[in-house]
Amino acid sequence: MAGISKSFGEVKANVNITFSVNYGEIYALLGENGAGKSTLMNILSGVYTPDSGSIYIRGREKKFTSPSDSIAAGIGMIHQHFKLIEVMSAMENIIIGQDHSFFISKKKLRRVINTVSEKYGFNIDPDKKISDMSVGEKQTVEILKVLYRGADILILDEPTAVLTPQETAKLFSILNRMKERCAIIIITHKLNEVMEISDRISVLRKGKVAGTVHTRETGPMELTRLMVDRQVDLSIEKPPVSASEQVLQVEKLCVTGSDGIPALTDVSFSVRSGEIMGVAGVAGSGQRELCESLQGLQKIKSGSIKFQGREIVGCSPREIIELGLRISFIPEDRLGMGLVPTMNMIDNVMLKDYYRGKGPFPDRETARKRAGNIVKAFNVHTPGIEHSVSKLSGGNIQKVLLGREIGSNPDFLVTAYPTRGLDIGSSHLIYDELNRQKKKGVGILYVGEDLAVLMSLCDRILIMYEGRVNGIVDPESVTIEDIGLLMMGADTRTVKGASL
Amino acid sequence: MTKYFKMTARSDCSKREAAIIRSSAIVLSLVAAGVFILIIGHNPLAVYWSMLDGAFGTAYRITETMRRAVPLVIASLGIAVAFRLKFWNIGADGQIMMGALGASYFALNHGNMHPLLLLPVMALAGILCGGIWGAIPAFFRAKFRTNETIFTLMMNYIALKIITYLQYGPWKDPAAMGFPKIPGFSQNAVLPDVLGLHAGWIIALVLTALMHVYIIYTKRGFEVMVTGESENTSRYAGMNVSRIIIVTIFISGGICGLAGMIEASAVNKTLSVDITKGAGYTAIITCWLAGLRAPAIPVVCVLFAAMIQGGTFIQMAFQMPQSAAQILQGLILFFVLGSEFFIRYRLTPAGKSIIQQDGE
Repeated sequence: MAGISKSFGEVKANVNITFSVNYGEIYALLGENGAGKSTLMNILSGVYTPDSGSIYIRGREKKFTSPSDSIAAGIGMIHQHFKLIEVMSAMENIIIGQDHSFFISKKKLRRVINTVSEKYGFNIDPDKKISDMSVGEKQTVEILKVLYRGADILILDEPTAVLTPQETAKLFSILNRMKERCAIIIITHKLNEVMEISDRISVLRKGKVAGTVHTRETGPMELTRLMVDRQVDLSIEKPPVSASEQVLQVEKLCVTGSDGIPALTDVSFSVRSGEIMGVAGVAGSGQRELCESLQGLQKIKSGSIKFQGREIVGCSPREIIELGLRISFIPEDRLGMGLVPTMNMIDNVMLKDYYRGKGPFPDRETARKRAGNIVKAFNVHTPGIEHSVSKLSGGNIQKVLLGREIGSNPDFLVTAYPTRGLDIGSSHLIYDELNRQKKKGVGILYVGEDLAVLMSLCDRILIMYEGRVNGIVDPESVTIEDIGLLMMGADTRTVKGASL
Repeated sequence: MTKYFKMTARSDCSKREAAIIRSSAIVLSLVAAGVFILIIGHNPLAVYWSMLDGAFGTAYRITETMRRAVPLVIASLGIAVAFRLKFWNIGADGQIMMGALGASYFALNHGNMHPLLLLPVMALAGILCGGIWGAIPAFFRAKFRTNETIFTLMMNYIALKIITYLQYGPWKDPAAMGFPKIPGFSQNAVLPDVLGLHAGWIIALVLTALMHVYIIYTKRGFEVMVTGESENTSRYAGMNVSRIIIVTIFISGGICGLAGMIEASAVNKTLSVDITKGAGYTAIITCWLAGLRAPAIPVVCVLFAAMIQGGTFIQMAFQMPQSAAQILQGLILFFVLGSEFFIRYRLTPAGKSIIQQDGE
């Protein structure tokens, strides 16, 4: 790619970007959120057309006006969110939209898929339905799909975001085997993975290439400096737990999910004040239901949830507030639950207490002041508190949410993936704020996906597997691999240092 | 990141650009309709002038245009509040009919009551009947997640058939010599005129202001907006989603019911199967064109009514068939509604840049 530029309105997403990838290597594009990685890849896969610049493949200039041009040129994109049809089998997903003959020879196809799988070390059953697959398997199907299309330049967008450590290791071994025949580009913001898998790295910052380095000749510190243009302390502080009274006690909690299948089964644990309890688990292991149960948002089948000794099972969210329990919740789905994207900061700040006060009109003046305070305290970059929240960047959106939830002086804080999609700088801001709350004696439930962060931030980690507690561990006495095993359903007794 | 990015990109259509797109749509629609008018052998400019003349040319014509606009305004206000909740209430027609029915019951049975008492009673009955007609599908939507679009639509036919039954059955005017019509209202049940037009226009304007304040400034309006954006957010904020849906749609239906009361009382002075003249459906278009904003609704509705009124007028003035006038209306609507697409999306020829900007 040479001199690629692309603007959206006034935003310059890519400015004069040039880099080259060789067949036989794994190339990493590293950058914070908003650095322009995804735009660049969308240009390469034909979704966007660049304002200027050219793309050369095997030395020949190519013009992509649609994704099909890009596919024809041998580029295969594997998106972060899989584009698979759940009710179809792996095989059907692989051929969909590509086989132009009317009749499909399943036998022949199965043979092709099996040959390809063997060659690269995939382990996939062509007839298995997508809905029955694990995340790792789904990703494999995505890879097979683009290979079947004849791609020899693979682009993987945040491929490890949803994988367990074991699945990640497996993916990396597959990629290493594949790179003999392909050029592979991975887009990520995880430094350690880049160091592990890539041959060369380009770091993007604010839409420009901040530097291109050989992986062997660099280290995490240099990469961070390139990414954020300043030194960032990568370590996360873990202050000791001071107070030790119990704030939250959950016992034998059972919840039925929206599909009628048990989402939580006999979940029991407790959290002390001033303690951060981490929750790890493969996506969809019941984390969301657990968080929502603590807010009165889930219908609870049986069990008990006690906050400061008071039972909240059966209470509506507002009844919980009326009980005088200050529980804040930063949900996973920020714009679909925590905030109203089309509304401005003032309205979003008063979302939870608009109903207070007499008369038919909410107190927007107080909300305006609080919004102003949040902007100051958290250094929110916004054109103004009157602007709709959707126009802010991901990190600033999260700051607004965090600011509101912490601004209510909670006794307990439930956070689900609070740093998902945030860059290193913003993430550390969030960790620091959580630690500040911890020191104030707030009990915190931290649902996360980055195990390294969970290990260094949390005092204890609860591992969920299929809606059950599959072990509670002290991060000091277990390894990341142990947690990975528990996430995959390993017997708690086989892991040293884990208890129930 | 891509997710946020797309949203920013979509909102880059400034108000000025939107105004340019909308006005060029109107110009284009006039050009296209002009071609049609030429083909059928008339002078487009003369026809357009005559449409304006027909809608606003004399005091009487203005009154007629406004008379058409009043039910549109009120029904649009009712629909707009439901649409803010993303509850696709297309049952306004039925709610208008039921409102008219409720009001008619008192008008027919208590015709000798004093107007100062009878009219408010009729209005209340209209609101209540329209509101309940709306609240029924809202209840099922809130409790059982039924599809409100189909449900409210079906409720229209039920309402229509109830009135047909009354008109041909129990409420048939015995003095009409077998002709199936419901008796006319007594003078007590007729809304008085103010400045040459029935008082419904005052109600429409007051209601516009009320609904604007309700949606934009009150706690209840805030609940409607939040719930409309996302039921999850609404639950998260501690709101009672079911109650909000049912109450809001009761209000929506109630406002439409009030429109029915006004039509029955002031315009038709009786109840009949064609009481709504399709206002409940037309109002969906007008409230959408007004962007669900209450203050814009009267403006849009008056323009819309003028278009219909002018269309009727040119039929007589140019001896045009009714269908030709309707084609004109259809063309204008097609362009105006179609332009909304260009406000939300940008179409660029493939291979060329979206914005000619060189990134320094």
